[in-house]
Amino acid sequence: MNAIEICNLKKTYNGTLEALKGINLSVKEGDFFGLLGPNGAGKSTTIGILCSLVNKTSGSVKIAGYDIDTHWTQAKQNLGVVPQEFNFNIFEPCIQILINQAGYYGVRRKTALERAEKLLDQLGLLDKRNTPSMRLSGGLKRRLMIARALVHNPQILILDEPTAGVDISLRRSMWTYLESLNAQGMTIILTTHYLEEAESLCQNIAIIDKGTIIANDTTKVLLQQLSSEVVVLYCEAVPNTLPTLPNVTLTKIDDSTLEAELSQEKGLSVLLQELGTAGILVNRAKNKSSRLEELFIKLVKV
Amino acid sequence: MFALQWVGFITLMRKETIRIFRIWSQTLLPSVITTTLYFLIFGGFIGSRIGKVHDHTYIEFIVPGLIMMSVITNSYANVVSSVFGAKFQKNIEELLVSPLSATTILLGYLSGGLLRGLLIGLFVTLISLIFAPMQFHHIGLIISTVFLTSLLFSLAGFINAMFAKKFDDISIVPTFFLTPLTYLGGVFYSIQYLSPFWRHLSFLNPVLYLVNIFRYGFLGISDINVPLAFSSLILLVFVLWTIAWTLLKKGIGIRQ
Repeated sequence: MNAIEICNLKKTYNGTLEALKGINLSVKEGDFFGLLGPNGAGKSTTIGILCSLVNKTSGSVKIAGYDIDTHWTQAKQNLGVVPQEFNFNIFEPCIQILINQAGYYGVRRKTALERAEKLLDQLGLLDKRNTPSMRLSGGLKRRLMIARALVHNPQILILDEPTAGVDISLRRSMWTYLESLNAQGMTIILTTHYLEEAESLCQNIAIIDKGTIIANDTTKVLLQQLSSEVVVLYCEAVPNTLPTLPNVTLTKIDDSTLEAELSQEKGLSVLLQELGTAGILVNRAKNKSSRLEELFIKLVKV
Repeated sequence: MFALQWVGFITLMRKETIRIFRIWSQTLLPSVITTTLYFLIFGGFIGSRIGKVHDHTYIEFIVPGLIMMSVITNSYANVVSSVFGAKFQKNIEELLVSPLSATTILLGYLSGGLLRGLLIGLFVTLISLIFAPMQFHHIGLIISTVFLTSLLFSLAGFINAMFAKKFDDISIVPTFFLTPLTYLGGVFYSIQYLSPFWRHLSFLNPVLYLVNIFRYGFLGISDINVPLAFSSLILLVFVLWTIAWTLLKKGIGIRQ
C-alpha cells in the first residue's frame, strides 16, 4: 500500500492563480521522499492539502489508504506535520503544547504525558519542559515542532522545510533523528531548499515546478540523468599546459587547483591515474556542487 | 470515534480554562471591578435618589441587567480573543490538521466562553448581594436564560473571530455594536419611560429581550412578551450555531 496517493490534484487560488495543475504522485510506505521545487512551485500547496490547511479545487488524495474527503478522521490520525513556520501558542509551556496536541488526536492525558516527556528527552528539550515556547531559540522551536508532530505516533511524517535557518550542527542532528525514524518504518516526506539534504536523505524525489511534477524517480536514477559532473581537484602543482584526456574537460583555476568536468563514462579513479601519469599529483578532490543541485538547476531552468 | 472526539473536547476545554485563569487579571477582574462601580454609583449613590421602578428599588431593578451585561461582554470577549489569537499565532492549525470534527472544535471554544461568562455572572451576582437582597421569581428561567445568552454571544464572538483579519476587526463589533446595544437594552431603565418613538425603536434591540427575560426571572417584571422572547433566543442560538459551524467546516477565514 502507498502511504500517500495523489491523483490529478488541482488547486486554483481566487479562481485565477493555478498553483497545482493536476499532479499525480505516490509515496511508498516506509519511504524517505523528497518534494523539491523552487519558491512558488506548489510544494507548500501540496503539503497544505495533505494536512487539510488548504482546500483542494479537484482531484483526490489518500493518506495511508484513507481518502481525505470520505475518511478524513483516519487519514488525519496517520499524519504528523511539521510546518514551515512556527505555529504553536507562544505562551504555553513545551509540555502543555505536546499534551494538547496528543489530546486533539484522542490520546488520553496520562499516555500523552508519558509520550510527551519521552519525546522531549529524545529531542533534547527535557530541561525546557515547563518553559513557554516563546523563550526557546529558533533551533529548539524546530525540535519542539518535530516532537509535536510525533506525539500521536503517526505512520507518516511531513516536514515542510524543517531545517530552514537552522545551524549546521543542529541540522545534522535532525537528519540523524529523521533517519532513525525512517529506519523504524515511518514514511517521511520532506520539502527542502537544501538539496544536499535531499540528496543525502531521500530515497525517492519528485521535483515540482509551476504546479506540475517535472521529475519523479529514485534519487539514484534522477542523478544518472546528469550527463557530466564537475570535480574540483587540489594538486601539488598545475602546469600551464594541461594534458588532453578522453571524456574529461580540464580547466586550470590556479597554480594548485584544477576543475575537471567528467562525462558519465569516466570514473574518478581512472582520471586520477591519468593525471598521475601526466605528472599532476592530486591531493584531494570534491564535487563542485551537490549533484542534485546541478540536476535541479537543469530541470527547473532557474 | 466518539472517544477521540470526547478526549479532544476535554483537551480543548481544559486549554481554554487554563487560559482564562492564567490571565485572570484580564479575563476575570475587570468586569468584577466595573460592575462593583456600577452598583456603587447607580445603586448606592444615585439609585437611592431615584424612585421605585415597577415597585422595585432602582438597584433591585438594575441588578439583573448588570449581571446580563457582564455575561454578554465576557462570553463574547473570551471566544473572539481566543479564536483570533489562535488564528493570529497560527496555532489554530493544530486543530485543523487534527482529526477533531468541526462540532468538537466549536464546542471546545464555546466551553471557554460559557465558563468565563457564567463565572463572571456568578461573581457579579454575589457582589450584588452586598447592595440589594436577591429575589427569585423563576429560577429555571434565570439559569436557562443566562446559559443560552452566554452561548449566543460566545457563538457571535466565534463568528467575529473567523472573519477578523486584524486586531481592529475584533474590537469593532464590541465597541460599535455590542456596547451601545447593551447600554440601550434596558439595563438601566424601563422602556416604558421612553417616548413612543424610542420605545418602538428599542424593540429592534435584541439585548432588550435578553435583559427583560432575565429580569423577569428575578423580579417577575418585564417590558416584553417573555415566552416569545425566550423562543426567539433559542432560535437565535440555533441560527448562530449553524453559521459558526458552517464557517468552521468550510474553513472560511482559516483555510486557503
